[in-house]
Amino acid sequence: MRETTPAKVFRMVVIAVLTVFTVVPVYVMVISALKPLRDVQGAFTWWPSELTITPFIDMWKTVPLASYFVNSVIVAGAATILSLVIAVFAAYAISRYRFRGRSIFSTTVLSTQMFPGVLFLLPLFLIFVNINSAVGIQLVGTRLGLVITYLTFSLPFSIWMLSGYLDGIPRELDEAAKVDGSGPMGALFRVILPAARPGLIAVAIYSFMTSWGEVLFASVMTTESNRTLAVGLQLYSTQTNVYWNQIMAASLVVSVPVVVGFLLLQRNFVAGLTAGAVK
Amino acid sequence: MSAATATPTSDKTTKPADRNPRRPRRSGWWLPYALLAPAIIFELVIHVIPMFTGIWMSFLKLTKAFISNWGRAPVIGVKNYQVALDFNGAVGASLLQSFLITCGFTILVVGISWGLGMAAAVALQKKFWGQGFFRTLFLVPYALPMYAGIIAWKFMLQKDTGALNHFLYDNLGISGDKPFWLIGDNAFAAVVIVAIWRLWPFAFLMLMAGLQSIPTDVYEASAVDGAKPFRQWLSITLPMVRPVNMVLVLVMFLWTFNDFNTPFVLFGNAQPPAGDLISFHIYNASFLTWNFGSGAAMSVLLLLFLLLVTGIYLLVLNRRSKRA
Repeated sequence: MRETTPAKVFRMVVIAVLTVFTVVPVYVMVISALKPLRDVQGAFTWWPSELTITPFIDMWKTVPLASYFVNSVIVAGAATILSLVIAVFAAYAISRYRFRGRSIFSTTVLSTQMFPGVLFLLPLFLIFVNINSAVGIQLVGTRLGLVITYLTFSLPFSIWMLSGYLDGIPRELDEAAKVDGSGPMGALFRVILPAARPGLIAVAIYSFMTSWGEVLFASVMTTESNRTLAVGLQLYSTQTNVYWNQIMAASLVVSVPVVVGFLLLQRNFVAGLTAGAVK
Repeated sequence: MSAATATPTSDKTTKPADRNPRRPRRSGWWLPYALLAPAIIFELVIHVIPMFTGIWMSFLKLTKAFISNWGRAPVIGVKNYQVALDFNGAVGASLLQSFLITCGFTILVVGISWGLGMAAAVALQKKFWGQGFFRTLFLVPYALPMYAGIIAWKFMLQKDTGALNHFLYDNLGISGDKPFWLIGDNAFAAVVIVAIWRLWPFAFLMLMAGLQSIPTDVYEASAVDGAKPFRQWLSITLPMVRPVNMVLVLVMFLWTFNDFNTPFVLFGNAQPPAGDLISFHIYNASFLTWNFGSGAAMSVLLLLFLLLVTGIYLLVLNRRSKRA
């Protein structure tokens, strides 16, 4: 189909404006990570006085970035795996069975997604503190406590998105598995889950990304021993100095894994997201 | 996994059987409950119990002295709510101001993000050289960990060392003093721009997926009838992406209204009143004064407001789609 000139102009203007808007902060991040400290302490320049990679070396020493990194990987990974496993069974039940309480359950799950995080933050903090003083299990300042709080957002989303995705998988597959002699669980593991792989990947990406970037719970539930990157990156500012070049270097390093993962798998993500959303 | 988790539900699910003894149950009726058991247990632990705890907290005088021993906190009824809603008092006045700022923030951020996302989705709808590249590029702000993108903006918005003031005053040559962006009234503009930067790719992603489901021959047929691109957008694209839009706008509204990360990372301890979004406000009100009762009451009020808006939204949309 031939494109009219106004349509072409519209496209070019939109793309140009949005490219600048998108790229400038990323550019500032990258270029500042390659600047010596004196450059980021004076007036901003679009190009460094000398290109250096020392921020990428020093950033590990200014704050214990490596240990924050490990904490983030463990916490985000555990929250992702846990919510994925729980969500697979729940989504299978919601998608394939009609039973009493089904709609109450799915409405509850869906509605908890809209609840503000602050609403859960105070009670969870209070419960954690009181569990500690009552039975001595420490949850504030431990990875376990953080994983539990991260499930508050990753679990409902996973259940919702996966059940939408499973709805899109034809029931003939279940029937075929039954004919082959599989029980319901056999059908789930041998037929449904392989077919739902894009959806599973999408859910996993989303859970991991949100947990990796979570700030609210992390700022309250972490102490030095379980501090995640989200909070740790804010420790590069001291009373006398803000190491902006190291902050940018560290931001870059912690972003690369999730950005690459997301961009590689974005097609799965879109497919899973729309299957869940357009229900 | 399933075998282990089947046990706890089986006693729960005997109740409906007692109530309804005549109808014989099909074999395997318990299976969905067993499948749901882990999810139900976790939902109870992470959502249901904390929520009721939160509501209970809002009726307590839960100040610092009582936090590690909340059983001893005195019940003060609706006092926390009275204080929060007394707009002549200091607490109520600042809560109201924060609420109004959040409303303005949400309308601007959701509206502009939707507009940008739609514009980009339409611009990338037809195949052209570089389409895949721009599609990937536009998703980068969304893929970045939330705090990383916001920290980059925080650096750009610094008064003396930031890129924005450098661009405006040194490159473009605007005269006058460089302003603060993260302190004072400019903080509102700052938090709006950063939130849009972070949110619009999501609108783009969803709308793009919605546009893909529109068959191209619809456009071709209307072009034969002489429809101009804008007319096509209005009469074909908009109605066709309506299902996506319904979910998208609601989700963006809820995320934006509850946004905590943007003001928290951007402002830290500075808390300029112009950027005092409601979640940030409640957080500070709770953890700076350690008055959890008051914070819980404000959270409950926030939830009630969100429920009200969501309810009205769904009601209006459902009625309209029934009429259509």
